[in-house]
Amino acid sequence: MNRALALVERDMRKFRRSPALLFAALVLPLVQLIILGNAFGGNIKNVELGVVNLDHGPQSVTVVERVRAVGANARTFLPTDYVDEGTAVSDLRKGVVGGVLIIPQHYSRDLLEQHRPHLVLVTDNTDRSVAGAVGSQMADLVASINAPPVAPRETPQAILDVVEVYPYVDYIKYLLPGSVTLAIFVTAMIGGGLLFIDDKSRGLHEGYMVTPITKWELILGFNLSGVIKAVLSGGTVLVLGAVVAQVPDFFQPARLLNMALMVVLTSVALIGMMFFIMARINDPLVPRAIFGVLNTLLFFPSGAVYPVAGFPKWLRVMSQADPFTYAVHGFRTLLLKDVGITAIGTDVFALTLTSVVVLGGATLLFRRTL
Amino acid sequence: MEPQDQTANGLAIEVKGISKRFGSLLAVDNVTFQVKSGEIFGLLGPNGAGKSTLIRMLTTLVPPTGGSATVAGHDIIRDPTAVRSRIGVIPQNMTSDPELTCAENIGIHARLYGITGESRRRRTAELLEAVNLQDRSDALASTLSGGMRRRLEIARGMVHDPQILFLDEPTTGLDPVSRMSVWEMITHLRVQQGRTLFLTTHYMDEADRLCDRVAIVDRGRVVALDTPVALKASVPGASRIEVQFHPDLPNGAPDLERLPAVQSVRSLGSAAYRISSDRGPASAQELVELARELKLELRSLSVQSTSLDDVFLHYTGHGLAEIAETAAPAGEAKKGGAR
Repeated sequence: MNRALALVERDMRKFRRSPALLFAALVLPLVQLIILGNAFGGNIKNVELGVVNLDHGPQSVTVVERVRAVGANARTFLPTDYVDEGTAVSDLRKGVVGGVLIIPQHYSRDLLEQHRPHLVLVTDNTDRSVAGAVGSQMADLVASINAPPVAPRETPQAILDVVEVYPYVDYIKYLLPGSVTLAIFVTAMIGGGLLFIDDKSRGLHEGYMVTPITKWELILGFNLSGVIKAVLSGGTVLVLGAVVAQVPDFFQPARLLNMALMVVLTSVALIGMMFFIMARINDPLVPRAIFGVLNTLLFFPSGAVYPVAGFPKWLRVMSQADPFTYAVHGFRTLLLKDVGITAIGTDVFALTLTSVVVLGGATLLFRRTL
Repeated sequence: MEPQDQTANGLAIEVKGISKRFGSLLAVDNVTFQVKSGEIFGLLGPNGAGKSTLIRMLTTLVPPTGGSATVAGHDIIRDPTAVRSRIGVIPQNMTSDPELTCAENIGIHARLYGITGESRRRRTAELLEAVNLQDRSDALASTLSGGMRRRLEIARGMVHDPQILFLDEPTTGLDPVSRMSVWEMITHLRVQQGRTLFLTTHYMDEADRLCDRVAIVDRGRVVALDTPVALKASVPGASRIEVQFHPDLPNGAPDLERLPAVQSVRSLGSAAYRISSDRGPASAQELVELARELKLELRSLSVQSTSLDDVFLHYTGHGLAEIAETAAPAGEAKKGGAR
């Protein structure tokens, strides 16, 4: 055991002297959290909307006034008047406006005669988010126009009331569990993968192999030092990220304890996985070549940035085999739902199982000789 | 500190028919030799001869594919841990950690041998002083010169006071001053501490100067093994004489072949000849007398003793430099495929 600790001491001395690893492990997840967390999930506003009124009757004026009211209040879109629809659609194609509302000729007359006139919304569907937001706002607007001035005595339709059990969760909070997992993974890639192979190719491992250190002590030493570094970077991103994302009641002791368990479990699983992958690799170019692919294969299918429910079936299967999925789910449950350890039983089991499998496999693959 | 127990039969290393094959390449071919406790034993051969593979097998880094060996009385296959705890290894590549200080490199290695606490601190200080690096104790290994780094490696290999020290090409890549410094240290280790040293080299002068006995290795086999003096004496025509007359000898080379102790004569043109002789100084005297007798002028006369290079040429049929040039690009220290 003492020999394994010699390797830990070595890594900690290097880690303390050159904190570049910790910095590198923190920068990507934190930048991603702050930029993506604020870029995604916000309400879409200030979309330029071209309005072509070919009617000019009293009912069309009502429509235009309501569009202007949205522009002045919710600001989902800002109306700009166009004389003809050709110019408006041309500007839509050029990106000058994000949508065009066309009020057809005889709109007012047809409405009064109950001929169900059509308002036309032309959208730029290359941007589905903007098109969706404008379409949704216009649908509400049209519904309000259609609403009877006096509500009927009895409402025949059923009404759905949506109740949210947690306080409002903005996207930055949703993204935080993925950022913590990513910080641990980046540390595993650099500290557990790159540096391991670099040390091996520089002959440093040869220097250890001629000493009485056993195979088990080597494996324990390499993994333990990797886990310590991963826990440090994962814990740092967790705390900083929770402060930046303003996670409520984050510093409750019981909650912190549960999250510490998740950080340690995730670190053991991901460092073990990296050690398993690197056990037989000698070429220092290999980890550099595979890390980008590995990051994509593990991070995005995990539900870190988008719900797994929205994935096609094959990607959902991949997600189930991805240890990231359980880490992200575990952190999300603890961070956003504030429930106890029992709620993450599946995640704890999956990460423990991953650790056992990868470390067992790595032990079989790892050779104590050159 | 004095080295630990020596083996009962007085042998530090005993190698019996050891071989190593990498695929179709037979890197070490049925090698047998013994190293006595307390001697400096050298493996001399060009890059690619199999020296590093042999040293890696003896230091338990590479398993042999045939034969057996005991190091410090312990079998390298059956009891590698006992072997490892009794040997110190200074590999060909620098294996000290460039991002650690000199003291940290030695201290962490000490911990790998179970030396901790005050003993570790004391041993680290002793070794840094022994290799004249006490002033660079807190300097990162990456900031040391090649010679200093090699001295640090030697100190690190000595941290547990091993019975046998393996040095794989200890001066390769060092400047002449650093080489001398490492040589002095190696001599000191033997003279002052009675340790067994096993080193590989492709430098003739290094083997000649340092080693009690030298095994000449070529293409994975030991082709000769003896003291440097005995090896040189075993080569016919132990001295090489180069002479130039003016004008030329009346009959050319046959006039020289008649002289006693001359083994062979080769004409170099312009009345110059290269002569192999069993008795160099005596033959030189006879050449002076011959010139006087024939009233010829001696323009030049030089006598050279046999070198290990001549020994290598004699036993292998090719020069060391010649094979080194062809083998060097491939290198011999590649993992898994080393020769």
